[in-house]
Amino acid sequence: MSSSTENAPVAGDYIVHHLTHLTNTGHKQTAVIDWTIINVDTLFWSVSMGVLAIIFMVVAARRATSGVPGRLQGAVEMLVEMVETQSKAIVHGDRRFIAPVALTVFIWILFMNALDFLPVDLLPRIAELFGVHYQRIVPTADLNGALGMSLGVLLLCLYYNIKIKGFGGWVHELFTAPFGNHPLLYPVNFAMQMIEFIAKTVSHGMRLFGNMYAGELVFMLIALMGSTATALGFFGHVVAGSIWAIFHILIVVLQAFIFMMLTLVYIGQAHESH
Amino acid sequence: MNLNATLFAQLAVFFVLAWFTMRFVWPPIMKALDERAGKIADGLAAADKAKADLVHAEKKAAEELRHARESAAEFRSGAEKQAAQLLEEARTEAARVISVARDAAQAEAGVAAQRAKEALREQVALLAVAGAEKILRKEINPQAHAELLSQLKSEL
Repeated sequence: MSSSTENAPVAGDYIVHHLTHLTNTGHKQTAVIDWTIINVDTLFWSVSMGVLAIIFMVVAARRATSGVPGRLQGAVEMLVEMVETQSKAIVHGDRRFIAPVALTVFIWILFMNALDFLPVDLLPRIAELFGVHYQRIVPTADLNGALGMSLGVLLLCLYYNIKIKGFGGWVHELFTAPFGNHPLLYPVNFAMQMIEFIAKTVSHGMRLFGNMYAGELVFMLIALMGSTATALGFFGHVVAGSIWAIFHILIVVLQAFIFMMLTLVYIGQAHESH
Repeated sequence: MNLNATLFAQLAVFFVLAWFTMRFVWPPIMKALDERAGKIADGLAAADKAKADLVHAEKKAAEELRHARESAAEFRSGAEKQAAQLLEEARTEAARVISVARDAAQAEAGVAAQRAKEALREQVALLAVAGAEKILRKEINPQAHAELLSQLKSEL
C-alpha cells in the first residue's frame, strides 16, 4: 500500500476503516458468524430509511385524491401502478399483502441504496465528531441487511406455499417435483427443492449486497485519489467520482427494481404447483 | 462480510415496513387510483353521450326546420287560396251590385220614360184637343167627347 503524503492515511487502513461496522461491542467482528453482535450502523440507517420511505408514501397516501394529482402523488402513483402491474402479471392469487410488500421493498431499498450517493467520508466524519469511530451508512452494502430481506422473502415463499397448497400438498410437492412421483426420485427431488430454496435466497440477497458493496468500494477508491491532495488526484477524484456517481444512479434504481421483481417472482412461484 | 444478529433485526424491520405499507399506504392510493379511473370512465361516457345528444339535437332541429318550412308553405298556399276566394267573392259581389244598380237604373229610366210619355201624351192630347177645338170649335164638347179623347190618348 502506498501513501503519497504524510497527512493522508495509508490507503489500506482507510479502506478497512471504512468497511468496519459500528457494532454493539465496539470492536470489529472477527468470527465469520457471531449472533451476539449487531451492526448498529446498518440497523440505524435501514430503519431511518424505512421510516423515511414510509413517511414519503404516507404523505402521498394521505393526500391521495381521485382528482388531479400533485407531483408527489403522481410520482407515488406511478410507482404503485408499476408495482401493481408487475405483481398482477407475476402473482396469480390474493395480492393484498404481496403487492404492498413489493412496493415497500422497492422504495426502501431505493432509499438505502441512495445513501451511497453521499460522499463516503461525510457521515463517518460527522459521527466521529460525536465520538463514533466506525460508520457504514449503506445498509444494503452489509450482507446482513441484504440477506435479512431475502430471508424475509423466503419466509413469505414458505408461508404462501403452505397457504396455497396446504401443508400436505406442499410436502408432497417437495418430494415429487421437479422429476416426478416415484419413491426412488423422492430424495433427489427433495435435495433439488432444498438447493433451489437456498440458492434463491442466497443469490437474492447476495446480488444486492455485491452490487452495493462493490459500488461503495469504488467510491472509497475514488476518494483515495482526492485524499492525495495533489492536482492530479483532485482532478481524478472529480472526474471519476462524477462518472461513477452518474453510473451508480442506474445501479441504485436497477438493484432496487431487481430485488422487487425477484421478490414477486419467488412469491409467484410459491403460488404455482409443479 | 460477516453474518451476525443484524440479519434478524433487518428481517423484523422488513415485515414491519411491509405490514405498515399494506395497512396505511396501499389502500388509500389504490382507492384514489380506482376512483380516478372511474371518474375518467364516467367523463368519457358523458362525452360520448353528449356527442350522441348533439347528433340527436341536430337531427331534431333539422326536422323542426323542415316542419316549420312545410307549415309555412301550407299557410301561404292557404292564404293565397283564401285571398283568391275573397277576390272572387268580391268580384261576384261587385258584379251583382253592378247588375242590381243597372237594373234599378233601367227601371228608373223606364219609369221616367213612361212618365215622360205620359206627360207627352197628356200634352199631345191637350194639343190635339186644342187643335181640334180650334178646328171644331163648336161641334166638339170636351165633356161629350172625353171618352173619345182618352181613347186617343192611350193609343198615342
